[in-house]
Amino acid sequence: MNLKQTPLTEVHKNLGAKMASFGGFIMPIQYSGIIAEHNWTRTSVSIFDICHMGEFIIQGNFKGSGLDKVVTQNLENMQIGSCRYGFMLNDKGGIIDDLIVYRIEQEEWMLVVNAATIEGDEAHIKNNLNWDAHFKNASNDFAKLDLQGPESINVLGDIVGDEIYGLNYYSFRDFTIGGGEYLISRTGYTGELGYEIYAASTHAQMLWNMFLKDSHVHPAGLGARDTLRLEMGYSLYGQDLTNQISPLEAGMERFIDFDKDFIGKDALIKQRENGLTHNLVGFIVNSRRAPRHNYKILSGNKEIGIVTSGSFSPSIGCGIGMGYVLPEYKNGAKIVIEHGNIEIEAEITAKPFYKKGTARNSQVSFS
Amino acid sequence: MNVKDNQFYTNEHEWVSIEGSKARIGITDYAQHSLGDITFIELPEIGKKIEQFKQFATVESVKAASDVYAPLTGIVVEVNATLVNQPELLNSSPYEEGWFAVIEIDNIEESNKLMDASAYKKYIEEIAH
Repeated sequence: MNLKQTPLTEVHKNLGAKMASFGGFIMPIQYSGIIAEHNWTRTSVSIFDICHMGEFIIQGNFKGSGLDKVVTQNLENMQIGSCRYGFMLNDKGGIIDDLIVYRIEQEEWMLVVNAATIEGDEAHIKNNLNWDAHFKNASNDFAKLDLQGPESINVLGDIVGDEIYGLNYYSFRDFTIGGGEYLISRTGYTGELGYEIYAASTHAQMLWNMFLKDSHVHPAGLGARDTLRLEMGYSLYGQDLTNQISPLEAGMERFIDFDKDFIGKDALIKQRENGLTHNLVGFIVNSRRAPRHNYKILSGNKEIGIVTSGSFSPSIGCGIGMGYVLPEYKNGAKIVIEHGNIEIEAEITAKPFYKKGTARNSQVSFS
Repeated sequence: MNVKDNQFYTNEHEWVSIEGSKARIGITDYAQHSLGDITFIELPEIGKKIEQFKQFATVESVKAASDVYAPLTGIVVEVNATLVNQPELLNSSPYEEGWFAVIEIDNIEESNKLMDASAYKKYIEEIAH
């Protein structure tokens, strides 16, 4: 397979990053080490190259364009300058992708989607948009840099000014950096206070180098991004979410507006009436041993499910994971994770695993 | 990548240092570097017989679980309990503090199937290219 590069691929190699394929791209997995990068993000601030993710721009009335039927979010009551998490579903209620919708203007939207699903998403959206809607796949035009960690606000404040302090969780606006205009949203995938910066691809290296000039900022790779998101109980598309899984099974009903029409709604209503056959739970291991994707989940001798994500948790110091189990197994249930001769004792527990994340902090201080 | 002299190596990146009738075993600097941050180590029990090129221990890093193979056949007489509690020692000191176990050697002739330091150095240079 021919792997795609981001505008920063050479920069990562020069920094000595370990590279690997992810979502069709060659991406940095780690620089100094996953645990060091993880801990740095929890306590200071890290920068991640997230250029692999896709961006679509859609112009049109939310309903008239057809976009409203494609996504599960309520678009109508979104403020300009806000963003909202939700899904695109197939007509069986399976998740085609999870995505964030940005309301850029009254009749302009940006959809931020996963790298591996860009092509499929584009086809699905185009099939369902009305003739007068304007669609543009801007994934190659946009670079995306994630600045994440409790100190991110001060780093950005030094660069864009005090206005950053007024930006609330899941909102965005344009900021000026060195004469350029960049869309910055207060969003992220780490559980920490943080920002996602969308820039012209040609500006990616300039911005990356500028952020790294601040000694508080270290580069972090997709390895740390994965352990950070898992500690928060955030799902990863392709593992915890697939086109065979519905948002109800994933425990994400709150991201669905059942008061409107959308593709997959009938299937979800039917599924809710019939009851779920399995659902996503989190579990915590009683040792440092890590559950991994596709390990079996047992209760006694009975196979009750499968692990979709698992890792050692650097912040908690034990194994953690998520997986789909029969619905009668709830918080507090003792389970065994099995793979070959590996046997790991665990207990189903509420998410997030890590409870001190700063992402939603409203009392952000000047310092 | 650091390769220590005066000990033997396997294709799977274990090292073994002969100490009289006993042998101290572990995994190499190349191995710990490829695995990344080590988070968990499972060692055999004392008294267990381990066989050359068969699995005798497990290491986990953040990204993956890996089997560790015995460089020589023998009976386990000592294990590094400190390493179980501080797996990160394997990253910082793979040849010293990061040793796995000491065995009573069954048959020293088996070392003929292992590489010496200069052969192992060549071997890891080749697989890196």
